Amino acid sequence: MSDSAHPAIHPAPTTFIRKWVFSTDHKIIGIQYYFLALIAVFTGLALSVLMRLRLAWPTESWPWLETIFPVGFEGGVMSPEFYLAMLTMHGTIMVFFVLTTAPQGGFGNYFLPIQIGAHDMAFPVLNMLSFWVTFLSMGVMFAAFFVAGGAPISGWTAYAPLSALGEVAGPGLGSGQDLWIISIALFCIASLLGALNFITTVLNMRAKGMSLMKMPLTVWTWFTTAILALLSFPVLLAAGILLLLDRLGGTSFFIPAGLVVSDTVIESSGGSPILWQHLFWFFGHPEVYIAILPGMGVASQLLSTFARKPIFGYHAMVVAVFAIGMLGFFVWGHHMFVSGLSPFSALVFSILTLAIGVPSAIKTFNWLGTLWGGKIRFTTAMLFAIGFVSLFVSGGITGLFLGQTSVDVQLHDTYFPVAHFHMIMGVAAIFGIFGATYYWFPKMFGRMLHEGLGKLHFWLTFIGVNAIFIPMHLMGIMGQLRRYAESTEFKFMEPLQPYQEFVTIAALVTAAAQLLFLVNFCWGMFKGKKAGENPWEATTLEWITASPPPHDNFGGRELVVNHAAYEYGVPGAPRDYVMQTDPPLETTK
Amino acid sequence: MPVAIAPPEVKPEADREDRVPEPGGPGGGSGSEGGSGRWGDGGGRRLRPDSYQLGMWLALASISMMFIGFSSAYILGQGTNSQWRAMAAPPFVWINTVILLASSLSLELARRAPAATELKRWMTLTCLLGAAFLVGQLWIWRLLGDQGIYLSGNPHSSFFYLLTGVHGVHLLGGVAGLATLTARAWSSAPGVPARASLNVTALYWHFMDGLWIYLLVLLFFWR
Repeated sequence: MSDSAHPAIHPAPTTFIRKWVFSTDHKIIGIQYYFLALIAVFTGLALSVLMRLRLAWPTESWPWLETIFPVGFEGGVMSPEFYLAMLTMHGTIMVFFVLTTAPQGGFGNYFLPIQIGAHDMAFPVLNMLSFWVTFLSMGVMFAAFFVAGGAPISGWTAYAPLSALGEVAGPGLGSGQDLWIISIALFCIASLLGALNFITTVLNMRAKGMSLMKMPLTVWTWFTTAILALLSFPVLLAAGILLLLDRLGGTSFFIPAGLVVSDTVIESSGGSPILWQHLFWFFGHPEVYIAILPGMGVASQLLSTFARKPIFGYHAMVVAVFAIGMLGFFVWGHHMFVSGLSPFSALVFSILTLAIGVPSAIKTFNWLGTLWGGKIRFTTAMLFAIGFVSLFVSGGITGLFLGQTSVDVQLHDTYFPVAHFHMIMGVAAIFGIFGATYYWFPKMFGRMLHEGLGKLHFWLTFIGVNAIFIPMHLMGIMGQLRRYAESTEFKFMEPLQPYQEFVTIAALVTAAAQLLFLVNFCWGMFKGKKAGENPWEATTLEWITASPPPHDNFGGRELVVNHAAYEYGVPGAPRDYVMQTDPPLETTK
Repeated sequence: MPVAIAPPEVKPEADREDRVPEPGGPGGGSGSEGGSGRWGDGGGRRLRPDSYQLGMWLALASISMMFIGFSSAYILGQGTNSQWRAMAAPPFVWINTVILLASSLSLELARRAPAATELKRWMTLTCLLGAAFLVGQLWIWRLLGDQGIYLSGNPHSSFFYLLTGVHGVHLLGGVAGLATLTARAWSSAPGVPARASLNVTALYWHFMDGLWIYLLVLLFFWR
């Protein structure tokens, strides 16, 4: 192991189990995370389709669904409680096992070490543990579907006291809710292991010459995301422990005194339900950025690569990423404007929230500046990156409405915030994941995805998500309330029913379009055109090695980084791009 | 208080230049083939020991955030809950605190021990003191239970059990880590990897010590 010709930190595994199951190779772990997220995203999608069917045609009977879900679909109609269980699980699965897992655990694990020229993560064994704890966490979460009472109905935010009381408060709030909390606690631990690994790797494992300001922006976003995860997940873990003690240990941290539920007086020594909201959202808001920041990194990388121009304002981009991440810790109160927060603190939270618009605008204008005058190559990956910017703007701009207390009071608990966060945290982040998939698939699997099929997938998805969420904004302004399985019972929501049907049809088309992606993915893995080392003519370190890279990433090569991350179209360079490891140019200063 | 003191003694085997393989990895003592380019870095940078220290500091930052979460819940509850009845500190807590502080001291003595035999002895003592603290905690819980003070009932007692319990779980992890290192020290002469692991474990242990003092202040002196 002191042989310098073999720089692998750990020798290449030989057995199947060590290579593909309990692997310590960051690339395999990244792929494991990615497939876990893939299973989760299609599960979450299926749940949302079921909810959309209920919302659009509330009286329609679906007998075939009763055969699959005998409890939730008595008589072929989804019960309102089952709707809430779907809502909870859709949110939880999407936020934790897709939006947190795919960009950071999947692509971050695979490409962060390669992009900084490292042979692996700083702690490969911790990395493996982190994946398997996540896997266990997802198993526990899915188990909540199958216990007595079914999945919890308290939403992905698990607001107390509903989540703290147990079965007396409703179906799924017994063992289903217990499993939910245990799963989230496991997820917190896995995220912490991952986060400290990411940070240590970035600070300690960079190749010679890879200064912090030469790192690709993807690495900067993964690094910032890891800091957010490191500091926000432990607070959720603390909240989860308190909640579990309330449920199982007889404490009442979140249960107020004198609470009566279903004609039962709940015993309590006077806790505070608002405390849960504070702790949850102290985690919850950074979590939003954990989901979206890696997408910003991917968008930057892709826009620069396919516009054949250096990223506009690299330093400003780094500062903006950090600013967004750090501001994210001080705005949790904007989720609680109607919780009885004092007007003064609401004002402070409001101002800080609006301040996030500044770094966000810096990023947006820099992306546009990158596109300006570029020789744009409209690959599928590029389309998704542009789609990301579009969704980031249309989803982000509504945040400025919600960030103002007076407007928020009107819009709170309507479809408006639902549309807002789906647009920015959901769909924009998913576009980042899709862009990353189309871009890095050749590197990960050695074959190209089909571009034509990819473009069809992009256009159907892009038009589809706008057709889903733009009407939802309007419905929200008109007063459509969220979390209701059936809005036809209320006279003022009746005229909005055609919107519900339109949104559901758009959702069905968009969901079906994702099958194109699945087909393309499977086809590409086995039948796609062989990819060379650098099919996109990109500059970062992952493109100097084989596709897929060898176990130690660079085949024992000594890397020396001479160039910034995005040197496209440099005057005097032999080609229109300069790899980071190319020798220094003599014509430039 | 946990203070990271630079080792004053001359310890040839703990040379800064050494690279330490991951514990549990094949073989120890990679030797000082300085600048082999194993990390693609031209040599001279000691990556591994740094990584462990850094990783531990990050883990401690994370643990701190968790206790900050608990503390804010505590302060809010104390300020707003009308049913809050502060319990008196059980006298045995102070004895237990002395035991924990002594364990930090003996761990520091182990860390600075020039000879392997002394190191082993101090580490064994640290393990025993750590275990004694945990047993003492369980005993305190039992004494309180006999007085009718349980996890449920009063918010202050809930927090007492919660905070000491979560601290105890963390300390149990520390004892397990120390016990592993001690067992290894008894079976083979402690080399560079063992010293590096010991330093990281000591960082964790002293932090838990400081955290304990903080928790006592929060529980019994914060008014």
